[in-house]
Amino acid sequence: METGYLRELRQSFSSGRTRDAAWRKSQLRAILRLLDENENQIFQALQRDLGKHPIEVYRDEIGVVKKSVTYALSCIDKWMAPKKNQLPLLFFPSRAEVRPEPLGIILIFVSWNFPITLALDPLVGAISAGNTVVIKPSELSPETSAFLARTIPAYLDRKAIKVIEGGTDIAENLLQQKWDKIFFTGSARVARIVMAAAVTHLTPVTLELGGKCPAIVDSLSATLDLKVAAKRLAAGKWGACCGQACIAIDYILVEQKFSSALIELLKKSVKRFYGENVKNLKNLSTIVNKHHFNRLRNLMEDPAVAASIVYGGEVDEENMIIQPTILLDPPLDAEIMQEEIFGPLLPIITLDNIKDSIEFINSRPKPLALYAFTKDDAFKKQIVAETSSGSLTFNDTVIQFVCDDLPFGGVGLSGFGRYHGKYSFDAFSHEKAVLHRSFYLELEARHPPWNDFKLRFLRFAYMFDYWGLILLYMGLKR
Amino acid sequence: MDNDSKFDGESARVMMKELRETYSTGKTKSYEWRICQLNNLLKIAEFHEPEILQALHSDISKPEFESFVHEIWLIKTSCKLAIKELKRWMKPEKVGTTLVTFPSSAEIVAEPFGVVLIISAWNYPFLLSLDPVIGAIAAGNTVVLKPSEVSPATSSLLAKYIGEYMDSSAVKVVEGAIPETSVLLEQKWDKILYTGNSKVGRIVLAAAAKHLTPVVLELGGKSPIIVDSDIDLKIAARRIISGKWGCNNGQACISPDYIITTKDFAPKLVDSLKLQLLKFYGEEPLKSDDLSRVVNSNHFNRLIKLLDDDKVSGKIVHGGQRDIVNLKIAPAILLDVPEDSLIMNEEIFGPLLAIVTVDRLEESFNIINSRPKPLAAYLFTNNKKLKEKFVGDVSAGGLLINDTTLHLTVPTLPFGGVGESGMGGYHGKFSFDTFSHKKAVMYRSYLGDASERYPPYTTRKLRFLKAVMNGSFLDIFRAILGWP
Repeated sequence: METGYLRELRQSFSSGRTRDAAWRKSQLRAILRLLDENENQIFQALQRDLGKHPIEVYRDEIGVVKKSVTYALSCIDKWMAPKKNQLPLLFFPSRAEVRPEPLGIILIFVSWNFPITLALDPLVGAISAGNTVVIKPSELSPETSAFLARTIPAYLDRKAIKVIEGGTDIAENLLQQKWDKIFFTGSARVARIVMAAAVTHLTPVTLELGGKCPAIVDSLSATLDLKVAAKRLAAGKWGACCGQACIAIDYILVEQKFSSALIELLKKSVKRFYGENVKNLKNLSTIVNKHHFNRLRNLMEDPAVAASIVYGGEVDEENMIIQPTILLDPPLDAEIMQEEIFGPLLPIITLDNIKDSIEFINSRPKPLALYAFTKDDAFKKQIVAETSSGSLTFNDTVIQFVCDDLPFGGVGLSGFGRYHGKYSFDAFSHEKAVLHRSFYLELEARHPPWNDFKLRFLRFAYMFDYWGLILLYMGLKR
Repeated sequence: MDNDSKFDGESARVMMKELRETYSTGKTKSYEWRICQLNNLLKIAEFHEPEILQALHSDISKPEFESFVHEIWLIKTSCKLAIKELKRWMKPEKVGTTLVTFPSSAEIVAEPFGVVLIISAWNYPFLLSLDPVIGAIAAGNTVVLKPSEVSPATSSLLAKYIGEYMDSSAVKVVEGAIPETSVLLEQKWDKILYTGNSKVGRIVLAAAAKHLTPVVLELGGKSPIIVDSDIDLKIAARRIISGKWGCNNGQACISPDYIITTKDFAPKLVDSLKLQLLKFYGEEPLKSDDLSRVVNSNHFNRLIKLLDDDKVSGKIVHGGQRDIVNLKIAPAILLDVPEDSLIMNEEIFGPLLAIVTVDRLEESFNIINSRPKPLAAYLFTNNKKLKEKFVGDVSAGGLLINDTTLHLTVPTLPFGGVGESGMGGYHGKFSFDTFSHKKAVMYRSYLGDASERYPPYTTRKLRFLKAVMNGSFLDIFRAILGWP
């Protein structure tokens, strides 16, 4: 039996108002107002949940969603319009189009690390496509969860967009209901549970997962390039939620002879960006909770791993801070090289030849993001052709996330489905094929009873051999 | 299939290992390999017409004409289209970038998933096996095809010719029934495409969930036709009959399942259908060669049960004669069936056409929308408003106005379901896309590195960041200069 909130959402959807372009635009604008009028509250919530600096919050959360809304508002009329498709002449007179329509009721599961972006960015897509939505924020980011539960009903159509807070039991209950689509951001372990639950109602899902995102660092000769690369690598590891990001660099691959130079540059960047003493670190997010703190500390406790630490390794348990840590060649079978790190520990794996990085990466599950710092065009081409990942970025990190024309999603164990820009609209739409025919020009050859003439007719027709058809009709072709 | 060479867990593991090794050599990614395989697949359809016709006749007594038109030629055109367009489909798609990532360039690169599984159905056993295979190969994957055991002649024909013509280190056929399918489903696939019913669709999806494998499910449902009175009745009737009984005798996922029309118009419609049925199939349709038989006794008994349901006795206005020996049921029309009858609560998938009558045609939308979303929905009318309401309000995989089933043959339209009728789609370029991972690739340079991205974070940096993200040049200028 359907629960109360679902009934209300179905009624809202059947009323047709969410399909209206005006409704969709008004909801999108409301999201903009929500962000503009509550900026300080958002800064505060994220400071409390994750120790995020306001610049990180603006850059990775508020700014990203605002950009998505603005883009959607400027494109939505185009996205909603039916797309006319070409037809072979044989079908004349006919008209073919693909008409996008909303799926109905969407469930969005949000992860704790980017609790605003990962709630509102999919919401932008779901609303643009004309759906009703339930957002389930993560209980591991309780301040932001409460913020969303408070503000979304205040700014948006509360009978069409709802926030349901809670932990595992609430999530399980949600998964038993009938949804028209589930959008999940999180770990592969929970993704399996979500997808298994989706089977009952044949609910399509998008899974935005993670994985170990490698960064290949080729030898760079120009000093400026090296400096910029090091900054970007550091920012790509520690700059977004202290490594607790699905597209954060997990580990680096570099040639043996170049590794010490790279490590020195990384240390410089770390000291400049964050400071040196674990009690005095700035601009760095905290670890989200005790469970992950202990998990990360345990990764370092393996003696062989501990021995490979070349920088950092200090923790401040009271304030849930782990120092940016660099490790040189920890054992490949240690847990730190088997599981997604999702924290501020950066293993650097050395290779004899940087080209070996391709095989190294291909022998592991496909990551959500792959980074490569190189100016060697042939090597770039090789990486593009021979590796597989959700995305691939050359000479920078994380920034592909803000390019609206690039699909954002995984492959293999890093997930399936995608969003951002128009892909968000598509993710929450059914692309309905529509063919309009008329009663004129009936092709008798299609109907029984069958005979040789009809067979020959269709033979030519199927090859779009119009000349052959004409001749056949004129009795000139056998 | 030889009892000694059972396809079990060990066979599956060995097979998967071989396919993964083949894939990792990179050969299936090359344009040359894909074109060569597609050409070889085309040869199967071109050089073995008589055997294919015979297999289809043996499996389901499919009329030669339907076998040519709906199976062989659809495969040929699909294959030829892929061959013609493959270079274009394989080209990376350049995309624009904005101020936020300046300077940069970006593109989307299509790459194969790896090892894909295609599970086919018995009603169009040639088409529904090879059409997805065309897409999978065009996209550069290695493929395992599992044809349906309910169409054994076509299944073994496919095993034979795919073995002969295709690269057997990359394209394989596994024949068998439930045990073999279960073994296949335990493996880790990079993508699965399943055509069939929603019960087995759920089993496939559950198996896929264990490995987080993306799936395309091409299912079915009750595809309705709304018939208005403002139509060319003769043409409409002929098109309805072709779409219903001319497609495997109603055993097609997009066969019209039931009609909704007004009480006033129903008698005229029934008369026209009867007249055209006579012209198409003669006085004794059970003897007509132009009608497929019912595929097996399971389905035959299932359909008889629908006809003999108490709730519809007395509703049969045409046909329904049965030949149990040859598994044939004459085209049957049932008028005014109650909505709670058996026939209105499961996909008919056979030669029975139910007609539901309403007072006003507008009521038909509620009837359709109160049921699971079908794979196809049809409307016959000249009324523009009705057409608009239909296209706007009815949700189905695909819609067709004033005809039936034809949209399946249009390569520029995606073919797939929604809700209970499935997820994902294919045909034409959509086949290539569905078996490809579209990888986002961004190229950045070392020039123009904005220090504002990096810590230490300051208020000035925040202002700059806001300006860039909001795309305001004036604000960027002011932020750089430190102006308020």
